[in-house]
Amino acid sequence: MLWAEYDPLAHRRLAILSPEGQMDEGLRPPELDDGALLNLYDRMVALRQADLLALNLQRAGRLGTYAPTLGQEAANIGSAAVLQAEDWLVPSFRETGAMLLKGVSLKLLYLYWMGCEWGSHFPEEVRVLPICAPVSTQTLHGVGLSWAAKLKGENWVTLIYLGDGGTSKGDFHEAMNFAGTFQTPTVFFIQNNQFAISVPRTRQTASATLAQKAIAYGFPGIQVDGNDLPAVYLATREAVTRARAGQGPCLIEAQTYRRGPHTTADDPTRYRSEAELKEQERFDPLLRVRRYLENRGLMTPETEAAREAQHLKWAQEQAREAEAAISYNPDEIFDYHFAELPPYLAEQKAYCQRLLTAKGESAHGQA
Amino acid sequence: MQPLGMGQAINQALREEMRRNPDVFLAGEGIGVGIHDSPMLPTAGLLKDFGARRVKDTPVSEAAIAGLAVGAAVAGLRPVVEIMYNPFFTLASDMIVNHAAKLRYLSGGKSSFPLVVRMKTGAGFGAGCQHSHNLEAWVAHCPGLKVVMPSTPADAKGLLKSAIREPNPVVFIEDMMLYFVPGPVPAEEYQIPLGQAEIKRQGTDVTVVTWSKMLLVALKAADQMARENIELEIVDLRTLVPLDKETLLASVRKTGRLVVLHEATRTGGFAGEVAAVVMEEAFESLKAPLRRVTGPDIPVPVSPPLERFYIPSEEKLIMAVQEIL
Repeated sequence: MLWAEYDPLAHRRLAILSPEGQMDEGLRPPELDDGALLNLYDRMVALRQADLLALNLQRAGRLGTYAPTLGQEAANIGSAAVLQAEDWLVPSFRETGAMLLKGVSLKLLYLYWMGCEWGSHFPEEVRVLPICAPVSTQTLHGVGLSWAAKLKGENWVTLIYLGDGGTSKGDFHEAMNFAGTFQTPTVFFIQNNQFAISVPRTRQTASATLAQKAIAYGFPGIQVDGNDLPAVYLATREAVTRARAGQGPCLIEAQTYRRGPHTTADDPTRYRSEAELKEQERFDPLLRVRRYLENRGLMTPETEAAREAQHLKWAQEQAREAEAAISYNPDEIFDYHFAELPPYLAEQKAYCQRLLTAKGESAHGQA
Repeated sequence: MQPLGMGQAINQALREEMRRNPDVFLAGEGIGVGIHDSPMLPTAGLLKDFGARRVKDTPVSEAAIAGLAVGAAVAGLRPVVEIMYNPFFTLASDMIVNHAAKLRYLSGGKSSFPLVVRMKTGAGFGAGCQHSHNLEAWVAHCPGLKVVMPSTPADAKGLLKSAIREPNPVVFIEDMMLYFVPGPVPAEEYQIPLGQAEIKRQGTDVTVVTWSKMLLVALKAADQMARENIELEIVDLRTLVPLDKETLLASVRKTGRLVVLHEATRTGGFAGEVAAVVMEEAFESLKAPLRRVTGPDIPVPVSPPLERFYIPSEEKLIMAVQEIL
């Protein structure tokens, strides 16, 4: 079994596709044939284009603070690719790709980062929780969500994302302990991108790996090369399958590297060197899939230039749609709070409307 | 009518709602197998009658208990979870304040958060300041939460049944002393809507606004003062959020005098909110400055004589009333 073979305490790490594009065919999941791989690669390219555009929009003042995913495309796409529609995805805040794959539109995500909270208004059928700003706290209600599946006798799975810094929180401990005690269908997915804002992974814990933390809670953990799409996919597939079969939770530590800033408000040159960053480019998650698929004759520099251009165009259209959708409606900030409008909020809403009327603005945005 | 303690009345409410709706479940520390096997306690016998699937004893993890409630509510269940003591709310507060209270707003009203967090509270047991600490004003300050603090067994039952049927997160705070104060509880099915105060005693001279255990103090003081022909009108808020301003203001307009009584500490206490509402909307009715009778701004002492000093008494209330007559 994967879990026994890749015991984190024995310093084993799951890897399938090398940075040079060499595929370990013995480990490769059979359903991840060249066609499937190309599809997921296509999603990684889309994510990268969406991400780069977001940065550009932020620099141009058209988007607020943004948390880039550059370098973490395989961890995003390889994991969420395993989920079914009925499964829940509980994000932290650097899961743009995972959320896109699970059905959240880029327009909504851009809206969110443009400072419009309506960007968290996901369609009912999209089982994704809003982005969670307090670090690691999503693990707690993520476990609650997965426990509900168990109580209801349904076999959907909850995939919870967190970062390496998130494992330092007490919430992570309580969530892991609950999941282990109640054997909930939960997959904890750590995007270990080596930095919690400016604090490096070595300052988060004395544990040799984050994956080994699962052992203390009585369930398996595995460390994977987080820049290796097939490895991320395989580990998540095994974890999700196991959870769906009622065999309890798993922890995946995807070792990746955040090549961008923590957010656009961060300056990573203050805590890491250019040389380190340059070195990391060799491990780029897209590059290795591209090398592999090029060797297989499935892509050329021309097809790839076209692919990037096509995805950039899509991202630009989504950004334009987001900008057109920005509105502020003071009614909504009162209406969405409770299922009904309690008298005191009705009073405060009326006061807000009176103020706007006095200022000559409509209650629905521009005058 | 059946004479029951508040714990027994809550127990009935939990049973009835669990029977009525299979999505209702309970979780908390020692709510199934507890250290006290007393029929006066709220969750007595529920594990035996409803089974371990729906009555969940959990690890000692307040944050995870609250997380269980939030996550399960997202999935359409109706969790009723217990945080053993009010001061432990601080351990669960991120889940309640940052998630339970905000996820509906963040999701644009698309998600529903029908969850109840029950917390035990109240000085008087010599349990010390880390077990006894009334934090209702903290909770009331967080938008997105409804806050209930019943004073009688009948109210507790009717309010909890409403809370469990609410589509919103409700924090339900029970004073443990009241578990042992019997009162009549209707035998037939009933609910009490959240956001409705009740005048527990009619009077003409001074309005006393209170809630939870302090109702008993107010009623005793009213009895004593009636002998001197001073009639207190006792308004029991029952629900702090939403606040029933109508009942409160009507009473103050009638009597022209107000004392707010609560066990919690003074600075930033909910009496300040009640006072502010009255000053804004019934200032012209006031014949005298209002008074607050509250616990002092100190942790609840563990020593019984000091604890008795901490808890507002009928003497302190009567003094405050006399000051403004």
